[in-house]
Amino acid sequence: MIAEALGGKRLLVTGSTGFLGTALVERLVHSVPGCEIVLLVRPGRRSTAEARVRREVLRNDAFDRVRARLGDGFDDEVARRITVIGGDVGTDGLGLDDAGRAALASVDIVIHSAATVAFDSPLDSAVEVNLLGPSRIAETLRAVGSTAHLVAVSTCYVAGNRRGRSPELPLRDQPFTPDVDWRAEVAAARRTRADVEADSRTPDRLARFQKGARSELGAAGVPLLSSKAERLRADWVADELVEAGRARARSLGWPDAYAYTKALGEQALLETRGEIPVTIVRPSIIESALLEPRPGWIRGFRMAEPVIISYARGLLKQFPGIPEGVVDVIPVDLVVGAVLDAAARGSEPEPTIVQVASGAVNPLKYRRLVDLVQSWFGEHPLYDTKGRPIIVPDWSFPARGKVLRQLDRASKVLDRAETVLAKLPLRGTQARWSAQLDETRTDIDRALGYVELYGAYAETEAIFQVDRLLERWSTLDDADRRDFAFDPRVIDWTHYAHHVHLPSIVEHARVRTTAAGTNREQRSTRLRRQVLSPDRHIAAFDLENTLIASNVVDSYSWLATRRLPPDDRLKFVLKTLSEAPGLLALDRRDRGDFLRHFYRRYEGAPLAQLEEDSRELLSGLILTKGFPAGWRRVREHRALGHRTVLITGALDVVVEENLRPLFDEIICARMAVAPDGTWTGELDDAPPTGEARALLMQEYAEAEGLRLEESVAYADSASDLPMLEAVGFPVAVNPETRLSAIARKRGWLVEQWAKSPGGPRPLLPIGPISRSLVRR
Amino acid sequence: MAHRPGFVLEVDRSTPPTLFMRGEGFSLERLPVGSRIVYPSEALPLLNDPEGAIRHALLNPVGTDPLPALLFPGMKLTIAFDDISLPLPPMRAPDVRQRVIEAVLDMAADAGVDDVHLIAALALHRRMTEAELRHALGDRVYDAFAPRGLLYNHDAEDPENLLFIGETPQGEEVEINKRAAESDLLVYVNINLVAMDGGHKSTATGLASYRSLRHHHNVKTMRHSRSFMDQRHSELHSSNWRMGEVLRKAGVKIFQIETTLNNDTFPKPFDFLQKREWEWSAKDRATFVASSRSLARTPDRIKRSIFNSIEAPHNLTGVNAGEIEAVHELTTAKVFEQQLVHVDGQSDILTMGLPYICPYNVNSVMNPILVMCLGLGYFFNLYRNKPLVREGGVLIMSHPTPWAFHPVHHPSYIDFFEQVLADTTDPIEIEKKYEKSFAEDEWYRHLYRTSYAYHGVHPFYMWYWGAHALEHLGGVIIIGGDTKAVRRLGFKPASTLRDALEMAEDVVGRDPSITHLHAPPILVAEVS
Repeated sequence: MIAEALGGKRLLVTGSTGFLGTALVERLVHSVPGCEIVLLVRPGRRSTAEARVRREVLRNDAFDRVRARLGDGFDDEVARRITVIGGDVGTDGLGLDDAGRAALASVDIVIHSAATVAFDSPLDSAVEVNLLGPSRIAETLRAVGSTAHLVAVSTCYVAGNRRGRSPELPLRDQPFTPDVDWRAEVAAARRTRADVEADSRTPDRLARFQKGARSELGAAGVPLLSSKAERLRADWVADELVEAGRARARSLGWPDAYAYTKALGEQALLETRGEIPVTIVRPSIIESALLEPRPGWIRGFRMAEPVIISYARGLLKQFPGIPEGVVDVIPVDLVVGAVLDAAARGSEPEPTIVQVASGAVNPLKYRRLVDLVQSWFGEHPLYDTKGRPIIVPDWSFPARGKVLRQLDRASKVLDRAETVLAKLPLRGTQARWSAQLDETRTDIDRALGYVELYGAYAETEAIFQVDRLLERWSTLDDADRRDFAFDPRVIDWTHYAHHVHLPSIVEHARVRTTAAGTNREQRSTRLRRQVLSPDRHIAAFDLENTLIASNVVDSYSWLATRRLPPDDRLKFVLKTLSEAPGLLALDRRDRGDFLRHFYRRYEGAPLAQLEEDSRELLSGLILTKGFPAGWRRVREHRALGHRTVLITGALDVVVEENLRPLFDEIICARMAVAPDGTWTGELDDAPPTGEARALLMQEYAEAEGLRLEESVAYADSASDLPMLEAVGFPVAVNPETRLSAIARKRGWLVEQWAKSPGGPRPLLPIGPISRSLVRR
Repeated sequence: MAHRPGFVLEVDRSTPPTLFMRGEGFSLERLPVGSRIVYPSEALPLLNDPEGAIRHALLNPVGTDPLPALLFPGMKLTIAFDDISLPLPPMRAPDVRQRVIEAVLDMAADAGVDDVHLIAALALHRRMTEAELRHALGDRVYDAFAPRGLLYNHDAEDPENLLFIGETPQGEEVEINKRAAESDLLVYVNINLVAMDGGHKSTATGLASYRSLRHHHNVKTMRHSRSFMDQRHSELHSSNWRMGEVLRKAGVKIFQIETTLNNDTFPKPFDFLQKREWEWSAKDRATFVASSRSLARTPDRIKRSIFNSIEAPHNLTGVNAGEIEAVHELTTAKVFEQQLVHVDGQSDILTMGLPYICPYNVNSVMNPILVMCLGLGYFFNLYRNKPLVREGGVLIMSHPTPWAFHPVHHPSYIDFFEQVLADTTDPIEIEKKYEKSFAEDEWYRHLYRTSYAYHGVHPFYMWYWGAHALEHLGGVIIIGGDTKAVRRLGFKPASTLRDALEMAEDVVGRDPSITHLHAPPILVAEVS
């Protein structure tokens, strides 16, 4: 009778872009042909509410069966039955315009499933959405004169960390509920946000964020560094608020901010609902669908999934929990059934609470779950990057503290190793190790996060009662039982784990499930193909350490020693090299400053002589220290008709004539010439470094009518980030530690180019003496 | 001391192990009983008074007037000379080129000639460095000419300084160095290490442009040069001779000076490398053991610099001057007197130990393409009449074949190896599909002209050099090579001679006949 009861009704659904919400909308479209649906959706930063619904809801594979049934009629059906209004449950009045309010006034039932489900959401946003959301809806309904039935989705875990039975009753009617004034909590949360924001802007903190940005990006130039520092500040604020939420929740006996805000949200709703009839549905941990829309359907990565995948990848060797404890999991389609049943039953004068959980009638013990997971991955292992199957570890059910300590120690060791590595001037393979270390640390940190976040859920000993749920189930006819099933007793956990849930999440996790091939190589081949597509416009190359294993100090020393008397040559080079650490430090701070400072040394150098000597520099230094694969890549770009551009802080005399045939455009440092034909030691313009490179690229592209998003840039260091970020296809060549980490994170193509084995390896950059000079 | 001629030894139970060169190293290998080893002849006696012999040749040339009679004041005189690719290894100073050129310059000075240019006739080879020019010509010549820009390397890509002369009846274009072509006299100073060198090839190849060279440096010509050491059956030779004819008809006046060297290849303490193994003294054996052990522990880079510092004690055995063809006939006879060894019939398998040097890696690295060229291009072609190995037979050579290239000297080789050979090893397809793009590449041209790089097309020529062998052979096995590099060449890697012989049996059948080419020193097998 559910379909008939809801037929002809208008239902408003919030949270339709979420896991439960999408399933709800799909089921309404599929199984309740007579109803109309209004979706309240928060407009995205760049997209309207309608666009979000099209992209995030209707294109989801949940709708596959409806699309299959309706074929071309799908769009018409959707357009006829679904109305989208923009709004936000996080603001008073739901952020509705007049049309939105009219739409709200016209609905018969409101299903509120919008929530900040992340267990680690910042305190204030959890408060705005989870705590205040339900009462805001009730309030807005009253304001438009509606008495629609409000079905609010909450969670079983509002009961908090307690042992024993947890009934389907309002919290205030249950024992051990902390006596908290939700209004005071709201005010405190808002104040905390203000305090933390203020704290993040103190000079001390700001200096720390700047330092952090520099250590991550190096000498990447002021604009990039400052935006990075601002990002770090925002992240810090968020972290602090997450911590504040967790701490407050735990102090009151809830596992986390989610449960805590949901609990207070229920109280607030019951207190402020006025005439609005309310049903609260409390599911436990919602997981992938048992049957509808298809077995295993899931959306987004939720709670158990990352934990399970981390375990299968061998990252998480332990997860705390009590072996005989109950992990209360409920498939999403059963929750949908219970919610629509509640909606169909219509309003009752007193608020009703229904729990949808499995623990009381069909418990899944933690030990059994672990066995099921372990045996499945034993037969269907994931594979590591080398194509070897990963053996899942045995689980020993340790206490939470022990696991946390282990992970914490690993994380700290890696942290230290990383700090040391970051300080070394590494490139190529070593830098890749360092980046891998960074990844491992991220993995460990994530595992640590899971344990902190979800540990409590595996240790819960509360049993969520489902008497009302079963009573309602007993009243249903066969058709309803078929179309709106919600009886948790039907779940066969072995079947569910092995044939429904685990295959589904493995597929979603995009992990390696076969030994064949390595994904990374395939990816780099694909990226290389994109980079070398005829559609690209410009290929820009940095010189030093990108095309040649050398730097401005080498070329200076090479040129300078060519005309020195033999006795002074070695002395000169050693002196220059002894200054290297200081120069390196300056280079790290700001490449432009370094070049200006260093190029002063050329003051008084006769231009004609330099030009003559630099011709020998091509063979003696540039080719000897060059990467043949690099030259080849430049030529491949030229052959494809791309414009090749060299952007370097090297001097024109070093690169201009020598590399002319490779590049359409050479952007380099140029030195002013004094009237007597010698160099002044001062540069004509700012040297092309850091963000100047991005600007120069932009200017060049604009002048030539080319597009940077269709262009490629090759560079080796984080100080080239502005240039790399300016183009659509950045390539990191022999990246140093920082760039290596950045390139991995952002999925950039990384090339390891080497000097030709077999070339001469001069120990010191000394130019061969010009004999004609010595003889004179 | 009278020299003993080369001969063929049949391996029996009492034969000591045989020396195989292996790049910058060597090993002793036991060949199966019944194998044949072709030994070169010992060094010919040297000329007692080289300066006197040179003067004599210049004053008594064949087929022309004496050199002084050709010189006159106000004339344009150009002296061209062979480049760093000759002789091998580079010879101990004074180089024979220095001796000849000093004699020529003395006569020119006496005749009041003051417009003299010296040109290294390097065709598409890399430019010679200052040090190399000083070694070949001596400091006196270098300092007198180089600072004034009168001593320089030929540039086959300088349109300003090339002159189109004409075409042969076969349509081969002849284009050579403009200064040389427009001189009143071109004196060419040559070193004839093998029979292919010299004659019209000196000028028609050494001073030519790519446009001209491509007519005989191609797969078709090389497949029809059987071998290019044998003038009577070498299409390479015929083509150069046709071009020589064009030059002569156009009035380019050439005074050819050809020199021959004996095969004294290795200085002490490496002289045991050219001795016959059963004649090694106790000291030779000790040197062998000590040097092969220490070389095994030495990094490649250092081994290379040790071997690159070897200067051969070559001695002048003959010098002839005058009209090109008459001179060349005398020269070739002298070369064959030193190098020819009679061998009865072909065998199923030919083995050879490849040394560390070939014409294109002097002061450089023997990259895999040069290994192919040395084995299949040069050593395989050291025959007259027919190859030492039968058609469909197997060539086994030992060389470490490192995946290593000199970035300054061989930039286009790197790309040839990485791009072209990764695609195909078939010379015809390579020629058709890739030659033009490498030959006309702006970057390679730039490096050939301003740095010290072989021309972009040069690796193709190296591959064509082996085209005849590739067509003839049923398989090639390299012992002790870098397996990836060997496979890239299209050959099979083996770790020992025994393994290689086992593998070869799959191609040529059981109990194959085996011939070992015991070179260097260089020999030419007259196979009946």
